[in-house]
Amino acid sequence: MSNLSGKVAIVGAADTQVGKIPHMSATQLCIQAAKRAMDDAGITKDQVDGLVTCNSMAEPHMYHAEAMAEYLQIFPKYCVSAGAGGGTTFAVLYQAAAAIVHGICETVVISMADSLRTGLSREAAMVMQSSSGHPQYETPYGSTVPGYYALIAQAYMHEFGATPEHLAGVAVTCRNHACLHPGAQMREPITVQDVMDSRMIADPLRLLDCSLVSDGGSAVVLTSAERAKDLPHQPVYLLGAGEGHGHEHISQARSLTTSAAKESGARAYAMAGLGAKDMDLAQVYDCFTPVVLIELEDLGFCAKGEGGDFVAEGHAAIGGSLPMNTHGGLLSHSHPGNPGSMFALTETVAQLRHAAGERQVEGAETALVHAQGGILSSHCSVILGREAG
Amino acid sequence: MSEADTPLKAHPPVSPESVEYWERCAAGKLLLQRCRTCGNVQFYPRLLCTACASDELEWLEASGSGVVKSFSIIRRAVSAAYEPDVPYVVALIELAEGPTMMSNVVDCDAEAVRIGLPVQVRFEAISDAISLPVFAPA
Repeated sequence: MSNLSGKVAIVGAADTQVGKIPHMSATQLCIQAAKRAMDDAGITKDQVDGLVTCNSMAEPHMYHAEAMAEYLQIFPKYCVSAGAGGGTTFAVLYQAAAAIVHGICETVVISMADSLRTGLSREAAMVMQSSSGHPQYETPYGSTVPGYYALIAQAYMHEFGATPEHLAGVAVTCRNHACLHPGAQMREPITVQDVMDSRMIADPLRLLDCSLVSDGGSAVVLTSAERAKDLPHQPVYLLGAGEGHGHEHISQARSLTTSAAKESGARAYAMAGLGAKDMDLAQVYDCFTPVVLIELEDLGFCAKGEGGDFVAEGHAAIGGSLPMNTHGGLLSHSHPGNPGSMFALTETVAQLRHAAGERQVEGAETALVHAQGGILSSHCSVILGREAG
Repeated sequence: MSEADTPLKAHPPVSPESVEYWERCAAGKLLLQRCRTCGNVQFYPRLLCTACASDELEWLEASGSGVVKSFSIIRRAVSAAYEPDVPYVVALIELAEGPTMMSNVVDCDAEAVRIGLPVQVRFEAISDAISLPVFAPA
């Protein structure tokens, strides 16, 4: 059976500044990211015939991608605004790749941005994010998003004996990597003790177990493997992709401790003809520290229940056997909401171009990028590589 | 702050398939659905059986007993309306009949809640029409 593997490449990638950016709107961040990614790819906007965005919470449009195309004055053949929470980024990546392979369009810009930090009040951001709860059977009970994820953390710690220190190890690893990224929002080193000393938000999650709230945007340019050869950068090929969906609302989850990352990962590995052992690095969605442990296990990087020790032993650090979240992740690089995992994608492009500077994973050839949306609900895994296969 | 200024908690938007559920909650009863075709018991109320897709469903009054499957103590409220309750417990309750539902664990020290704690339903009126099923240690 034919598949997408090796037929499409990422040829441009760029981020905006992240953190507090009150002088720019979410629309401006989205457009700036797109412009920078096109410049990076060495193409003009008139060569773009596909545009994918996701809606902004701070500056929403009913038809967001169409509004961005109008703003840019481009007239694409493929134009879609995606919405699947944090899992959005990688699902649209392979859908856009399919559009290219099937001749719907030739060159797609995926650009996503939001201003969660300065474009919304703190209360508005919290209420908007927690509206992912079921309006009748969850939301009335007053949970926050950290509270929903805390239900997962508590169950995971109870089942496998993971400790708060295990969770903290994830935050420390991500922070160490962010310290090597000149654009990261948080660049002060932290220790396990700092995480343990940070205030409790929703037991067992402390402040430093929770990801950031940021402004920022990020974009990539996708085209066929054939066209990619004529563009300035080392192409980064899409080798595999897969989705997995377990539930939408956490009270309906099949399991609190094994996620649909197990399925999305298996599907992506199968398409690429590769396995977990073939990955030189991984970017795994880190909205809260316990999620990383569950994903590392479900993606096959360690056995079930061993995620905490895997991270504590340094395997996930740059220089370890599977460096993860090499830009600092949502915990320490930035998290502007739905666009958050785009930064994991642009970071992976930098790593596979061997252009990640101080944080370069030596000899990186193949990488897995994983995101999930909702409350450990919708998962998408993507495998990228320097060789088309 | 006058009563009119008090921020309201989130009220469930009652839908055609949940009218009966919420009416019975207001009367102090917790309803589940049972499939007449395969016997599956489910929560929340739906048009179809989640096991066999039959639409032959009937209401089943729950015993109201269950255990805490997981929980969190919310230290930072989701909105001003919930601030007076801090710290409050959000939990997943595994009902004796099988299904899991989200709720609050009330009438106890938040720090004393544990996974596996046996609990029993009770109802908290948040308006004339709506009472939320919540749980207290059995």
